[in-house]
Amino acid sequence: MSIKVINEKCTGCKLCVKSCPFGAIEIVNKKAVIDMHKCTLCGACIESCKFDAIVLTKISPTDIQFPKKFDEHKDVWIFCEQKKGVVQSVAYELLGKGRELADTLGVDLCGVLLGENIKQEAQKIIHRGADKVYLVDSSALRHYQDEPYSKVLIQLIKEYNPEIVLCGASSIGRSLIARVAIGVHAGLTADCTALDIDKKERLLLQTRPAFGGNIMATIICPNHRPQMSTVRHKVMKEAGEDKHRKGKIIEKSYDAGIYSSRTRLLDVVEEIEETVNLTEANVIVSGGRGLVSPENFKMIEDLAKALGGAVGASRAAVDSGWKTYSHQVGQTGKTVCPKIYIACGISGQIQHLVGMQSSEIIVAINKDPHAPIFTVATYGIIGDIFEVVPELTRRFKEALGK
Amino acid sequence: MNIIVCIKQVPDTTNVRIDPETNTLVRSGVQSIINPFDMYAIEEAIRLKEKFGGMVTIVTMGPPQAEEALREAISLGADEAVLVSDRAFAGSDTWATSYTLSKTIGKIGKFDLVICGKQAIDGDTAQVGPGIAAFMDIPQITFVKKIEDIKDSLICAERMTEEGYDIVESPLPCLITVVKEINEPRLPSLKGKMRAKKIEIRKLEAKDLDADPDSLGLKGSPTKVVKIFTPPPRKGGQILEGEAKDTSAKLVELLKGEICL
Repeated sequence: MSIKVINEKCTGCKLCVKSCPFGAIEIVNKKAVIDMHKCTLCGACIESCKFDAIVLTKISPTDIQFPKKFDEHKDVWIFCEQKKGVVQSVAYELLGKGRELADTLGVDLCGVLLGENIKQEAQKIIHRGADKVYLVDSSALRHYQDEPYSKVLIQLIKEYNPEIVLCGASSIGRSLIARVAIGVHAGLTADCTALDIDKKERLLLQTRPAFGGNIMATIICPNHRPQMSTVRHKVMKEAGEDKHRKGKIIEKSYDAGIYSSRTRLLDVVEEIEETVNLTEANVIVSGGRGLVSPENFKMIEDLAKALGGAVGASRAAVDSGWKTYSHQVGQTGKTVCPKIYIACGISGQIQHLVGMQSSEIIVAINKDPHAPIFTVATYGIIGDIFEVVPELTRRFKEALGK
Repeated sequence: MNIIVCIKQVPDTTNVRIDPETNTLVRSGVQSIINPFDMYAIEEAIRLKEKFGGMVTIVTMGPPQAEEALREAISLGADEAVLVSDRAFAGSDTWATSYTLSKTIGKIGKFDLVICGKQAIDGDTAQVGPGIAAFMDIPQITFVKKIEDIKDSLICAERMTEEGYDIVESPLPCLITVVKEINEPRLPSLKGKMRAKKIEIRKLEAKDLDADPDSLGLKGSPTKVVKIFTPPPRKGGQILEGEAKDTSAKLVELLKGEICL
């Protein structure tokens, strides 16, 4: 594949410069020049050019071969992450989406469940829409560990040839699936927020944000199976439960070697600082520099408590030592998408916005009417957080009958 | 204790502004920096070297200008730097990148620990660290927030999870990826800056790697980007102004239906 600018057609209008997600185009002597070291051949500039002055010579035989036939690869698999023997909600979200994909393809939806004494959970996966569950039960799989989990999943994939494998983009999912993708030579797309099927080619269309959601990319995997993605928590809707639904549980067991691990899990520590963790929370109340001092976080915690939500913090608040790193929302912290995100005294630097702008409803409370946070806020209150936040807590408590 | 740190040069989004009219990133004049998570990886490597002795080698795969990132890492106290750069690598996805970096590490020689940042801020995949570990068939500990101890060829570290952390022990050599909480990166020293200017960066190309050419770059990448688009920008909504008691009453009214009673 190669890309070039046709100088005769280029007017130097700079539209392509603006469109390039990688900053690879410059205007030199009124003509567009592409820096090939930065260019990823994504084609965004081609769509932007009104003069057909940029051409991408696509699909030379050495690039994308004619898609191989993958007749032996069938079914959509969901890796159902469990913690302490309980399947996590992200798995139910994936089962909802997975059902749709499997129906479009006319194949089965299968759950994969690894753990110890968890057969009752396998049944729940069927209630949530799976046709089959591959269950591997072993004391070595009680807690997540990279090596036994990746070896078992690789083995299952090689045995049954699924065409799609989906997994939550959680701390478990991201550690596990990258190892598995190498092991089975599959394509892997991280942190997808939309999945669809190209029916003609039976391809999974995987859409994911880059640069914190300011650009979206759709990615395919034409010549390798399975097609694998990790999917962002809270983006897909949870599958409904049907307790009468029937399915097949396929129990597998393997020789001891597969469960061996070079690493040893010595302890699992839960920090019960707050009742709800950030990635699971439906409501997050976050505080920033505007709080002025750490003790004022109490006010944020009170509002979060009244709403049954979790407490977040901006980078400024974490770097000042007001809150621990596990609360940080943003580029170098966590990416969250709760139903309601309430930003208190956070100006809304780009690094913060990329971590929360996919929330369903954003409320911003700030005394500066020009704070960038208001550009993304569904509801913005211009006012003093020290007055507004306690007032909100009181009124929400009242409204919720607490 | 020989440590290899893999870093990536990324656009510095701290200077990026959002265009108020189009709501897209304004990218002109954006500088390149070392990926912020990789700064913690470099710092941790230097701290371990200070404690246990040994060498810190920095590796980056990227265009020729990524050399600047390597020189910056040297100025912070790393000993050697390797730039692996070739047109053949262009268009690499995380599979091909992990492959290329694992082959590069294989060329560098004996090591005890590979450290990577948790993820890069431009791609946000967090896949390359575990990918390298898988290609090299070494154990991994991801999202490390603290190294508790290293002794008798064993590393013990705290791995950050959604609820808290796991304490994991691994034999060396192994690969870890680190999060921000692990340390506070230092500033370069004057001596370091002098060294960074003079040091010779080792440069490797595709032909130096004993790599399968079909596994490199766009050709070796199972995933292909078919479309890039700008999502409809999120727009600001309703602004409430006035006395706190009025604005908060209004907000409670607006959100009441959304919060489960």
